[in-house]
Amino acid sequence: MMRVLAAMSGGVDSAVAAARAAEQGHDVTGIHLALSRNPKSYRTGARGCCTIEDANDARRAADVIGIPFYVWDMSERFHEDVVEDFLSEYAEGRTPNPCLRCNEKIKFAAVLDRAIGLGFDAVVTGHYAQLRTGADGLIEMHRAEDMTKDQSYVLGVLTQDQLAHSMFPLGDTPKSVIREEAARRGLAVAAKPDSHDICFISDGDTGGWLADKLSDVNRGGSIVTEDGETLGEHEGSWRYTIGQRKGLRIGTPAQDGRPRYVLDIEPVSGTVTVGPRASLSVDGLEAIRPRWCGTAPAAGTRLECSVQLRAHGEEYRAVLAVDGDDVSVELLDPAQGIAPGQAVVVYDGSRVVGSATISSTRRAAAEVTG
Amino acid sequence: MSVVYLDHAATTPILSEAAAAMTAQLGRVGNASSLHASGRAARRLVEESREAIAQALSCRPGEVVFTSGGTESDNLAIKGLFWSRRAEDPRRVRILSTPIEHHAVLDPLTWLATEGAKVELVDVDRLGRLDLDAFRATVEADPESVALVTVMWANNEVGTVQPVREVVEIAHAHGIPVHTDAVQALGQLPLDFAGSGVDAMTVTGHKIGGPYGVGALLVRRELKPTALLHGGGQERDIRSGTIDPPAIAGFAVACASAVAHQGELAERLSDLRDALVAGVRREVPDAIYNGDPESGPEHRLPGNAHLEFPGCEGDSLLMLLDARGIECSTGSACDAGVPQASHVLLAMGSSEEFARSSLRFSLGHTSTQADVDALVAAIRPVVDRARNAALSSRSGR
Repeated sequence: MMRVLAAMSGGVDSAVAAARAAEQGHDVTGIHLALSRNPKSYRTGARGCCTIEDANDARRAADVIGIPFYVWDMSERFHEDVVEDFLSEYAEGRTPNPCLRCNEKIKFAAVLDRAIGLGFDAVVTGHYAQLRTGADGLIEMHRAEDMTKDQSYVLGVLTQDQLAHSMFPLGDTPKSVIREEAARRGLAVAAKPDSHDICFISDGDTGGWLADKLSDVNRGGSIVTEDGETLGEHEGSWRYTIGQRKGLRIGTPAQDGRPRYVLDIEPVSGTVTVGPRASLSVDGLEAIRPRWCGTAPAAGTRLECSVQLRAHGEEYRAVLAVDGDDVSVELLDPAQGIAPGQAVVVYDGSRVVGSATISSTRRAAAEVTG
Repeated sequence: MSVVYLDHAATTPILSEAAAAMTAQLGRVGNASSLHASGRAARRLVEESREAIAQALSCRPGEVVFTSGGTESDNLAIKGLFWSRRAEDPRRVRILSTPIEHHAVLDPLTWLATEGAKVELVDVDRLGRLDLDAFRATVEADPESVALVTVMWANNEVGTVQPVREVVEIAHAHGIPVHTDAVQALGQLPLDFAGSGVDAMTVTGHKIGGPYGVGALLVRRELKPTALLHGGGQERDIRSGTIDPPAIAGFAVACASAVAHQGELAERLSDLRDALVAGVRREVPDAIYNGDPESGPEHRLPGNAHLEFPGCEGDSLLMLLDARGIECSTGSACDAGVPQASHVLLAMGSSEEFARSSLRFSLGHTSTQADVDALVAAIRPVVDRARNAALSSRSGR
């Protein structure tokens, strides 16, 4: 029996995770993280982490499970570590993943540290991933049984110490079964829709939100071809993501008449480079800030592995070269639309090896830096 | 696990005689506004209850307006008197109050500010007591324009008693009516509506051993607050809505009992409170006793102990004590249950960080030495653990 803290978003997954932990005989306390100073400003309904309604749903789930429940105010930390980071990354022309950042800095750092300090042994969440003890005695994280729900990508930032104090009770079960189980347990959130959008952007319009917050930072620049021909001007590079095709608003068509895609964003000048789909292909990338789930690979290690480059994205066969904090990834099959700022999560089969933040990508034609 | 209940300022257990008076009525039919025998019986019970409350609080029965509780009474007094006073003279747009009022006062004031009111909150000192010189100056800057004054009798968080008598003197010199929220004071401090000179006073049932959902606004007959609820014209046409005889019967019994036993309860609670504060500070020497350190009806609620634990998060302390069966409060909470830094402590000059490291322990009629002993026995390890959590949470990974 362990004393565990269940982080309850108000959604179905975290409710069932808490219920399972309690049923396994652990002493479970539920907490809901208040991430906004003004709960009404964050998304209601579908996204399950930030509203009064979500806090109430979490509280009702805790009542049904029969565990104590509290709300923890993490709004300041969340603002500094996730929202500000998200903005500054976009301002620098990169494409961050705020969920990953929240796991790294809030759920499995600030919350876990406070929990340990208060005498808890672990934090339990409704993430879909599996923890196992490996032959070397270290905790391994594996992909979820239900690949359509697998969330090991956004957990790829967790270190051995964090994994040793985490519980993911849902990793071995398909989502459909979790919904049935929630209904059977009398949890009213059984039919609540899944969350998909960024919780701190209330209307789901990321571009509009960024334009509002970054209007002073980055006023605009040119849209150019790979050959340097200027096609037009834009009002802020944060409106663009690498691989984006729609909404480029370039009057003149490409010479071959084919659609053009964003290939590169240069944040200082604000220059956005566009070109044909073929130019999006990436066969290698450099990454920084690696975080290893187990022992860090020795310098000079070359690792045959597979990598995932975005949440819910496909897996690519790759060879990894590690040199201290620099990770170089050679992709054996080309990937498309890969943006600096995204995380590369490294897998050995189903096991997560670690993750790093993409700093640049290599195309056949040119090198892209962000 | 037996519960050590140290949150009587939130609500206190119902008195058995109040519960008996209430349940005796629950099975009876009769709308107090009906003209037949059952209606008359219900009305008689309500009027006898009104008289009992009037006698206990030294007002006339006709000055007792039954409401659903403290929040409604505060809203009725503030909005109702603002509207009626401004209707008499459109220059009267100022409302003077303090920054340490309960949200049932502050939020109506904020709302009225969008309706043309000019709300002025006069500063309090470090003990949480209204600065009378500043108050006098604020009134005298332009007394003709003041619609009303509202100052609580005693603060719900830190227990500081306000100089209501002096406030009344200053306001009445200019013919300005005074409302006071006496929800926390009733049963703990001597309370005399006529003697206090206030024009309107909020009281509620569940803080004094009566039922939830019933309270009263005592309001002088000369004043006609504009109604919030319009309908059947009950309660002098100030508060329409079918009268609730069982709740009113329970409230009246609790009110009479609270006033009859106030002196002895205050003495007992004051001693217990002093033992609690001394015991906690013996275990945690750097704990700070917030509010007025002096006891007595001019100084502090006898059942209130408000303590700051430097280096701890108040909600960590609350959670750790709760796990040990000891129930208290961090002071104030918003509707999502998000712990916010107390507006009372901030108004007293506390920093946000200090304001978040406080707990309110409040004693009431069922409190015993054993409750105090249980808290004193638990507090040291709880504080150590909460400090540890705050440190590790701050250091980060």
